[in-house]
Amino acid sequence: MVSFIFRRLISGVVVLFVVSSLTFFLLYFSATSVARNILGESATQAQVHAKEAELGLDQPLIGRYLNWLGGAIHGDFGASWFTSRPVVESILNRLPTTLSIVLITIVIAAVLATLFGVAAAVRRGWVDRVLQVVSIGAAAVPQFVVAIVLVTVFAISLHLFPATGYVPFQTNPGLWAASIALPIIALAIGTVASTAQQVRSAVINVLSRDYVRTLRSRGLAPREILFRHVLRGAAPAGLTVLSLQFIGMLGGVVVIEQIFALPGLGFLALQSTTQGDMPVLMGVVVYIVIIVVVVNLLVDLAVGWLNPKARVS
Amino acid sequence: MTETLAEEPVGRVETPDRAARSGVFKRLLTNPLGVAALIILAIVVLAGIFGPLVAPFDPNHADLVNALKAPGTDGHLLGTDSAGRDVLSRLLVGAQSTLLAAALAAIVALLVGLPTGLMAGYFGGWFDGVASWCTNVLMSLPAIIILLAVSAALGRSVWISMTVFGILMSPGIFRLTRTSVQAVRNELYVDAARVAGLSTGSIIGRHILFVVRAPLIIQTSIVCGIAIAIQAALEFLGLGDPLTPTWGVMLNEGFINIYTSPILAVWPGLAISLTVGSFVVLGNALRDALEDSPKVKRAKPVLLTPEKTEMLSLTQPAASDHLLTVDRLGVGYPQPNGKTKTVVSDVSFHVERGEVLGIVGESGSGKTQTAFSVLGLLPAEAEITGGSIVFDGIPLVSAGGERLSQGRLSQLRGKRIAYIPQEPMSNLDPNFTIGYQLVRPLTKVLGMSKRDARGRALELLGIVGITNPQRTFDAYPHEVSGGMAQRVLIAGAVSCNPDLLIADEPTTALDVTVQAEVLELLRDLQSRFNMGVVLVTHNFGVVADLCDRVVVMQHGRVVESGDVRDILRAPSQTYTKTLLAAMLEGKTPMTMLSVPEQETLPAESETEVEAVR
Repeated sequence: MVSFIFRRLISGVVVLFVVSSLTFFLLYFSATSVARNILGESATQAQVHAKEAELGLDQPLIGRYLNWLGGAIHGDFGASWFTSRPVVESILNRLPTTLSIVLITIVIAAVLATLFGVAAAVRRGWVDRVLQVVSIGAAAVPQFVVAIVLVTVFAISLHLFPATGYVPFQTNPGLWAASIALPIIALAIGTVASTAQQVRSAVINVLSRDYVRTLRSRGLAPREILFRHVLRGAAPAGLTVLSLQFIGMLGGVVVIEQIFALPGLGFLALQSTTQGDMPVLMGVVVYIVIIVVVVNLLVDLAVGWLNPKARVS
Repeated sequence: MTETLAEEPVGRVETPDRAARSGVFKRLLTNPLGVAALIILAIVVLAGIFGPLVAPFDPNHADLVNALKAPGTDGHLLGTDSAGRDVLSRLLVGAQSTLLAAALAAIVALLVGLPTGLMAGYFGGWFDGVASWCTNVLMSLPAIIILLAVSAALGRSVWISMTVFGILMSPGIFRLTRTSVQAVRNELYVDAARVAGLSTGSIIGRHILFVVRAPLIIQTSIVCGIAIAIQAALEFLGLGDPLTPTWGVMLNEGFINIYTSPILAVWPGLAISLTVGSFVVLGNALRDALEDSPKVKRAKPVLLTPEKTEMLSLTQPAASDHLLTVDRLGVGYPQPNGKTKTVVSDVSFHVERGEVLGIVGESGSGKTQTAFSVLGLLPAEAEITGGSIVFDGIPLVSAGGERLSQGRLSQLRGKRIAYIPQEPMSNLDPNFTIGYQLVRPLTKVLGMSKRDARGRALELLGIVGITNPQRTFDAYPHEVSGGMAQRVLIAGAVSCNPDLLIADEPTTALDVTVQAEVLELLRDLQSRFNMGVVLVTHNFGVVADLCDRVVVMQHGRVVESGDVRDILRAPSQTYTKTLLAAMLEGKTPMTMLSVPEQETLPAESETEVEAVR
């Protein structure tokens, strides 16, 4: 088990290194006219040169990369080109908003998708048909369209929720819940539907295994077989799907935060993209890849814990 | 399970090429959702081609005097936006860039995923390793974040973002292709093509691409849908090409004016959702059409004719003196066309206490289905079509009474009736230790204490000849050999001191040397616990070794039954003779024997003719 964790960790670090290096060269290779963007059209050529020297843009790319890498290893991602605030500070300010939305959504999705998926697999019949129809519908309407509909109906027309804005949990838990309710619903609808589909097929698959029949022949109650053996057999597939959904949500949250005006990581990513604030964008990418690597590692560990065979391979 | 697979017609998938040729499209047209999706996509395509020609206004012509007009005013069918531009015209023109974006993403995904998937699947090795690793990395990247970075670096262009998105979607294509290729590359016909001297290129082109074609079309349809949604999201965020009127830009415009004119967001929202939905629905409908599995309706309980009812009620009282009586049992699988495929029909036999009955027959003779009927463990699609099963005076199964029988059988399974499966490895839950799987039924079903159950399980492992019971007890199924796993399953079966043991080819999956040991063990346990045993096998050697009486089955019917010695010495039916001869001549008894039988046997035996029918 230790070597299993170790190999996964190494693999995660390699992914992080490869992705962040590629992103660095992509972003900084093209960041040529940023000094002029920062200073505006009225700046003189000398001012532009001075700014470029200040940002280190006059140095060779590879030197800047090694410089960045050295800082990044120590947790220093430099400062924003526009606000001069440390990148890490901006990110850590915004991380809680995004994580609270995404984590709550994934927990809701895990619970509901398991319930619906198992019910559809075991009962078949109308439960199954409803799930099929709903999941096609949920796949058809993109998340951000769902979000716009939710804002229009529940916030603007019915005034049940605030349309935009974020209230930190520490300030007022009630308002915090209200401010993230619609974003969570917008993200959860599609996630629940497609995860439930996958849970359904995983459960159907395990139900058809020989060992389930043998367990039945031993006289074990159907409930015991379903909850102990079938769910455990189907769990690795369900967890993998959830982790993919989680990763997708880290992207989807960019649009959601825009619609609900939530000051999260996605908001920061979009802002730095439109400005061309490469250090900030770079930091966001690295943080998101770290989150992805950690989630994948946790899922691998959970699958290894659930399925003794996975520990070997 | 091999036998059930051979017998079970439900869910059989036609070979993809044949299915693809024989009217997938026709089946698609019978699916109302599929037709709706096709119609919507046709409209979008037409709008994409002719939109700029038929648009009533210039989509970019701003007219601030006429801003935010309600639908229907001044010839603006869907109204105007905040700059006074005609919504309908923009919607029509936007179809083009939407479709081109989707097509670009799909083409890139195919160009990247298909060749790499083919090579990884066909050649394997280091290329497979590297490609699979890259795929995993690509799959663990949030698409929108990457597209943000790309647009920050390379500018706001639909073409760049959709090319990158195509690469991000290529893992789906890659995995699909790779799995399909791995599945077919070892097929006999691919081997044959290789032997026949076809080059690798033409094997891939002719045989392998043919197989992956259908799933790829489905996947591509889904990629198109996702690409449209993502492209619209990027444009909504303001990262699209600012000069082209697109649905995402229109949605953004509508969202900005959501307080004053919410209807503006409706049209592009509707257009995006309908198009994305149509691609998704089309993908699903194609999959359904290819899978060729129209919903099999659970057939209504067989209506018993008065004659049949009489038969049932007559046979039941007479049965009670045997341990197990199977009377005129019929098992069938309802087919999509409303008929029922019969796999067991009119099968009758009985088992006494302490007696070993062999059921012999080739694959597909219905012997396993008969055994599962006694246990109440038939697949969910199967149904009892007739006859009855009575265990120790308790009626277990009667036609159409599936629910009732499950209730009664659950009281007996694992207490008085036990089961030994054929394939040892697939019949142990890989996620639990062997000890757990032995102890749990003892505590839950037989109500033993944990400590007693543990002791009993270790004792049983010793009884079935495992030299180090504690080690096996703690092991997971994948840590023991097939022979040992079969001993574990036997230990589990006899752990409740059953009156009746159903053994389904208990030695078929084992090595020859292990087979003999397991048979010896079964004989020993049978006399030790004085069990009635139903031994399902295709092997007359096993029958001669263990059984007191034997039932010979073919095509779901009983051909002959009686005392083992009598039948071995003087088989009366030709089929039995053929089976015996097959064994004696050292042929594999698993092979289908129907060909020689039909040649040598023109309608000699009525049973067989009926069975073939």
